[in-house]
Amino acid sequence: MLAEALALSAALFTVGVVGVLIRRNAIIIFMCVELMLNAVNLSFVALSRYYGADGQVFVFFVMTVAAAEAAVGLAIIISIFRHQQTVNLQNINIMRG
Amino acid sequence: MIDPAYPLFYTFHFYLFGVIALASALAFVTRKSPVAAALWLVNVMFALAALYVMLDAHFIAAIQVLVYAGAIMVVFLFVIMLLNLGHPSEIADIRGKWGKGAAVVLGLILLAEIAVVSGTRVKPEWVLPRGEMDRLLAEKGAVGVVADPLFTHYLLAFELTSILLLIAIVGAVALGRRAEHHVEPVSEESAHAG
Repeated sequence: MLAEALALSAALFTVGVVGVLIRRNAIIIFMCVELMLNAVNLSFVALSRYYGADGQVFVFFVMTVAAAEAAVGLAIIISIFRHQQTVNLQNINIMRG
Repeated sequence: MIDPAYPLFYTFHFYLFGVIALASALAFVTRKSPVAAALWLVNVMFALAALYVMLDAHFIAAIQVLVYAGAIMVVFLFVIMLLNLGHPSEIADIRGKWGKGAAVVLGLILLAEIAVVSGTRVKPEWVLPRGEMDRLLAEKGAVGVVADPLFTHYLLAFELTSILLLIAIVGAVALGRRAEHHVEPVSEESAHAG
């Protein structure tokens, strides 16, 4: 089932990329990044079945980084919301020169 | 494309959960309400956990449900609730035709890359002998398969991960704290109005 799992992983990653591009809500874009990380995890797990358990250890690390990223990223979104009263990226242009 | 080495029951459920994951992901990207999108993403994660079980990664499947579907998505839902998203001005967040065009082009490029990469073959000497993972699972158990390399070969990475989590905690607390503009303590109403 390696080919099917890798194809599903690639399709999920593509859906995540498309989501990042077509949405403007910062939280939904953030969740699309989580979807991409999950797609990569699926390919790690599928490959670990054929190349040894190291892939599962990598999934463990990816999950830890995802948790850290969620904590810091959501804190940033909250502090942006306090200043701008929105999470719509179209209205957030504080870095425009 | 059905592998004769796998029984039909296994193949059917593998495809079933794969289709559920993909359909939920598409629903997740297209929902307007952030809460509905988050719940569809939880659905994706549950389907992926089922696939992890079928791929002999039982411990990772349990962690997927506990950490991803449980902890991380609850944090997302808390933030959506805290920011009170979902009122009409936030709903219409799909980009215009330029964003959609870029998404379609990039999506097609990625799918073409998949088509190219799926044609490659890996070296047979990299592949574990058939039944090696089954033997490892029977010998060490579902947790031992992950824990053994994690605490021996990847011990340094494991310790660095704990430092990363500490940095993330400190960063989240520092960012989440209200900026202290006022020197004298302010009353509750003016703090909320400001």
